[in-house]
Amino acid sequence: MLNQIGNYSLYIALLSSILIIIQSPILLNRNNINVSGRIFSLISIQSLMIIISFIALIIAFIISDFSNETVYTNSHTSKPLFYKISGTWGNHEGSLLLWLLVLSIFLLIFTITSKNLSNKYRILTLFFQEIIIAGFLLFILFTSNPFMSLFPIPNEGTGLNPILQDPALAIHPPILYLGYVGTSIIFSSSLAALISGSVNKTWAKHIKNWVLVSWIFLSIGILLGSIWAYYELGWGGFWFWDPVENVSLMPWFCLTALFHTILILEKREMFHSWAVILSITTFSLSMSGTFLVRSGILNSIHTFANDPSRGVFILCFLFILITLSIFIYFFYQNKIKNNFTKTYVVSKETAVLVNNLFMMFFLSVVLIGTVYPIFLEVVNNDKISVGPPFYHKLIVPFLIPFLIFMAIGPNLNWIKDKINKINLQQLLFFILSIIISFIFLKRVGISYLFSLPLFIASIFLFLITIKDFSVKKTNLSQKISHFGFSLFILSVLVNGVLAKEYSSNMKVGDERKFLNKTIKFESLKVNESKNYQSLEANFKISDKNNSINLKPEVRVYDQPQTITSEADIKSTLYSDNFLVFNILKNDGFYNVRYQMKPFMIWIWISIILISFGGILSIVKKNG
Amino acid sequence: MKIKILVLTIFYLIGSFNLSYAANSEKVDQISKNLRCLICQGQSVYDSQSDFALSMKILIQSKIDEGKNDEQIYDFLKSKYGEWIVYDPEINKNTVLLWVLPLILFVFGSILILRKVSIK
Amino acid sequence: MVKNIKLIAVVFLVIVSFFILLKGLNKTNNYSPNLKSSNIDFNFKAKFLYSNEETTLHELINDKDFSLINIWASWCLPCRDEHPYLLNLNSLGKLNIIGINYKDSEVNAKKFIKELGNPYSKIVVDPSGVNSIELGAYGVPETILINNNSKTILKKYIGPLDDKKLADLKMIIKNEN
Repeated sequence: MLNQIGNYSLYIALLSSILIIIQSPILLNRNNINVSGRIFSLISIQSLMIIISFIALIIAFIISDFSNETVYTNSHTSKPLFYKISGTWGNHEGSLLLWLLVLSIFLLIFTITSKNLSNKYRILTLFFQEIIIAGFLLFILFTSNPFMSLFPIPNEGTGLNPILQDPALAIHPPILYLGYVGTSIIFSSSLAALISGSVNKTWAKHIKNWVLVSWIFLSIGILLGSIWAYYELGWGGFWFWDPVENVSLMPWFCLTALFHTILILEKREMFHSWAVILSITTFSLSMSGTFLVRSGILNSIHTFANDPSRGVFILCFLFILITLSIFIYFFYQNKIKNNFTKTYVVSKETAVLVNNLFMMFFLSVVLIGTVYPIFLEVVNNDKISVGPPFYHKLIVPFLIPFLIFMAIGPNLNWIKDKINKINLQQLLFFILSIIISFIFLKRVGISYLFSLPLFIASIFLFLITIKDFSVKKTNLSQKISHFGFSLFILSVLVNGVLAKEYSSNMKVGDERKFLNKTIKFESLKVNESKNYQSLEANFKISDKNNSINLKPEVRVYDQPQTITSEADIKSTLYSDNFLVFNILKNDGFYNVRYQMKPFMIWIWISIILISFGGILSIVKKNG
Repeated sequence: MKIKILVLTIFYLIGSFNLSYAANSEKVDQISKNLRCLICQGQSVYDSQSDFALSMKILIQSKIDEGKNDEQIYDFLKSKYGEWIVYDPEINKNTVLLWVLPLILFVFGSILILRKVSIK
Repeated sequence: MVKNIKLIAVVFLVIVSFFILLKGLNKTNNYSPNLKSSNIDFNFKAKFLYSNEETTLHELINDKDFSLINIWASWCLPCRDEHPYLLNLNSLGKLNIIGINYKDSEVNAKKFIKELGNPYSKIVVDPSGVNSIELGAYGVPETILINNNSKTILKKYIGPLDDKKLADLKMIIKNEN
């Protein structure tokens, strides 16, 4: 029953897509047609249908309707309700339906909020957006239908991968998708603006909100993913430079560059073409992300689905879109206003260009690092791995000048500023940062090649961004985001330098000394939960002043039978205490790993601050 | 008793019997962070708890005890498993583009910007 | 003119990437390294399962023309499926089949052999898994065919033996003779 509802609503949605795509060119040639008329009702119907199908799938998961193949392969009656619901998008089919849902809802919002803009621009945006929607509908219906029926109906499902049964991971995909899909609106609208010859201030002002929205969701989505990786995967790392993580970082770099460019376009009517190129690139990167993750072409911890025919479909679709946009760009390029004036070397415009240069560089490092192994294997049959050392080696040296630019740039004036503006105050801060870095590194006893300049640059940025709060000139949202970023870099650095870890084999009752702390293995017990059993250990970590208890677990899930190791983490403002244990063969012995990760919580807080700056910017403008 | 049963269940499920892998030295951690766990596809040997990764850590420790340096250990593993096992690809004719292409793009971008900027 | 060149260049790049990615899709993600025999230390030491003596790989592969090294464990389910194939190969009499018992308990390993039969001429144990790494293995089961005279690796099979692999194996031996 639910399967039929889901299926039919998707077909109706596809039909509306086709109708809109056919009608838009006709409507374009007529003047004074009100878009909110027929097309608007078609879009509403489409959204409604997609919402219905999504709800149908959620219900199928909640009531464990095993006549649905997706539910059967990804759910189980014993799962808690929360994970039944999140299981809806925890699999390939459901996650694509979620993509589609967000696509259509965003389009609806776009249609409603763009009423005061030109008809031509709106219809064209709808047209491109509907092509994307139709593509996804076809993809879902013919290669990854979440509403496949099973007969005879099984009594029980096969369960959800326990590693996915986690609150952060349950909301991570929807948030990330909001970011990805937001870029589709930017893509469609930039093409529309290009064709209708309205790449200008008004467009910049309108699209800026969408850029911000996508950027905020993408930032928070990446944050949630990192938090999940921190306590679920590995030993206290939060970023592995894994291809799937990289794929979410690439559109983020692009969006950050785009946002700064859009600001210039809005204020100064410059960099029109560049803004359009960035808009197209951002969405292409989001789509490539979906392709790389969903096709199983990558070797990754996160690849769960593996089906080449799906990969071929997304690949073709992706390249049709990219080729289409390239031709449109070159064909309509001369419609872009070309009041090309050189910018003065010391000005805010140049600062934004430099920002863009660095963003594009970081993007290219991540992009090349991610796809190079695939290309090499095809061309040469050689297989290589590109991992953290590669990214660190290429990014870190460039981070140093970038941070210094970031400290100076935002304080420059538009059009033309004086060179001697690099004033005494900044120089003072710079000297101060050198002294602080030097003393800090000396005390810690670390002298890596890049540590000193890197610390100087990040402390300099940190001090300047704090100082900027006292200056009235720039806006608050920018200050918060930039301060958040400097805090982020600094926390990551300090965390990397000061993290300490200890591992040992211990029995219940054992005690170990580590630095100035004592680690005591106090007890071990068995817990029974709804869908798993767990072995819970109790460790006491104490130093002179205080003590904490950490209770890591080893869980045995029933459906499917899987073992996971759950770390216990206690966070304070200064440091995280991270402990995991594993079972050994030797009777009664357990392998224990303990880590102290200073300023861990500030990494999360700083990313929230960065995003908060964006939120403030939207609220302020509309409020 | 309950604990014993659960521990046995876990053994049964993991399937293998891991010998005590003692506290690893910092050196082992440092090297294993740079090695790909080939059967986990995407995790480093350091992060993984698979049989493969555990044996690998024991092996690295024994090589260190033999007095081998980092370079020799990497080379030993590369001879067994190919370039794929290290996360830090060395520069050779296969990887020269990987390392140089981003830098070329940076220079190219800088030139573009310089053309847009005037000093007057 | 410049514009057209740019367009052509960009489109060309896109098309090339398309075909490379398309080809990449059809590649398997399972990777087996090309192990050269020169990289194997034939002197690595291992203990026998049924005695406490130590031996080297060199001594193990002294019998007959070909050796088949099979890495197995009692806890490994695919090894059970594979076992009849090994018994079958043993009955040919041409191969010197050597078992490497991977990360196993002695009791379980002996029980496994008692239950399913012994195709191996010799069995050595690898309690830490280090010997298997020496052979470039990832896990169990894995099977390596060696030409004893030239000390070269002829073929490596990752995962359990099946009809196809068995036929392939027999073919290689036939051609080598």
